[in-house]
Amino acid sequence: MEHSNVSTAGHGAHGTSAGGASHSSVKNYVIGFVLAVILTVIPFRLVMGGGGTVAAGTTLAVILGLAVVQIVVHLVYFLHMDRSSEQRWNVMALAFTALILLIVIAGSLWIMHNMNQNMMVH
Amino acid sequence: MSTQVLDRHSAHAAGHAHDHSHDHAHHDTSANTVFGFWVYLMSDCIIFAGLFAAFAVLRGEVAGGPSGKELFELNYVLVETFLLLFSSLTSGMAMVALHNGQKSRLQFWLAITFLFGVAFIGMEINEFHHMIAEGAGPNRSAFLSSFFTLVGTHGLHVASGLLWMAVLIWQIARKGLTPTVGKRLACFALFWHFLDIVWIGVFTVVYLMGAM
Repeated sequence: MEHSNVSTAGHGAHGTSAGGASHSSVKNYVIGFVLAVILTVIPFRLVMGGGGTVAAGTTLAVILGLAVVQIVVHLVYFLHMDRSSEQRWNVMALAFTALILLIVIAGSLWIMHNMNQNMMVH
Repeated sequence: MSTQVLDRHSAHAAGHAHDHSHDHAHHDTSANTVFGFWVYLMSDCIIFAGLFAAFAVLRGEVAGGPSGKELFELNYVLVETFLLLFSSLTSGMAMVALHNGQKSRLQFWLAITFLFGVAFIGMEINEFHHMIAEGAGPNRSAFLSSFFTLVGTHGLHVASGLLWMAVLIWQIARKGLTPTVGKRLACFALFWHFLDIVWIGVFTVVYLMGAM
């Protein structure tokens, strides 16, 4: 899906090979947009429908999963992340950030949960 | 003047490179700038990680005040989400126009992106104003403090993006599509798409999980 970009990869007018915001076609943006709309509407419908038939835990897992998928869609179609060598350092920086993000958020929740239990706060 | 610059670059892309070394130098510094901006965005991501972590820990601490379930109107948030999503698409269209060297089309799409951004910020200010007027301001509970900090920080980013966009529209009109302006636009596009990605986290963790 990213091959259309390769033909323009030598075009350095705006130095966008890092981050690459302009190496793309209208088609890619529209595909990304349509996918993003679908991935936005589903979780909203799920929660707004009251989730009468679906267990809360399932709803939670589904909306979090769809958020992750939508983030990947945005990264690929809007920010043009891929496996090409010119994107390698962008992707490395992103992967490292994702690791820190995971440590900070999951770590905070874990520690605070433990503290709440040990302090017997209900 | 400006179109000459771009024409030269497209000629370069087509394989008729004249002034090659000059082009190459441009390419390297621009690429470094855009990569540096990407690293800045990643550090901004860490700021949001801290705010998300604080919100996640405090989201249940309503101190007898209103909870997310009572406060959030998902229809309203869905409209905000779509405004931001449309603005992401239109800023993408602006980048395609930049790539093709179409100045007036670039200005048109940037203006549309700006309007979507303004509409988003307007809705957010209205939402905050409404909540504070109802007595659900940031001083009401830990949940609301973390809510206003997280969503407000995102809103401040969008507001700075609007300022940046206004300056860029003005610079395009004054200087034309020079490589420097193109580099700034490339950074701006990254920033704008990044804010839309942060918003995915906001609407999922804050609004959808809050309303469940």
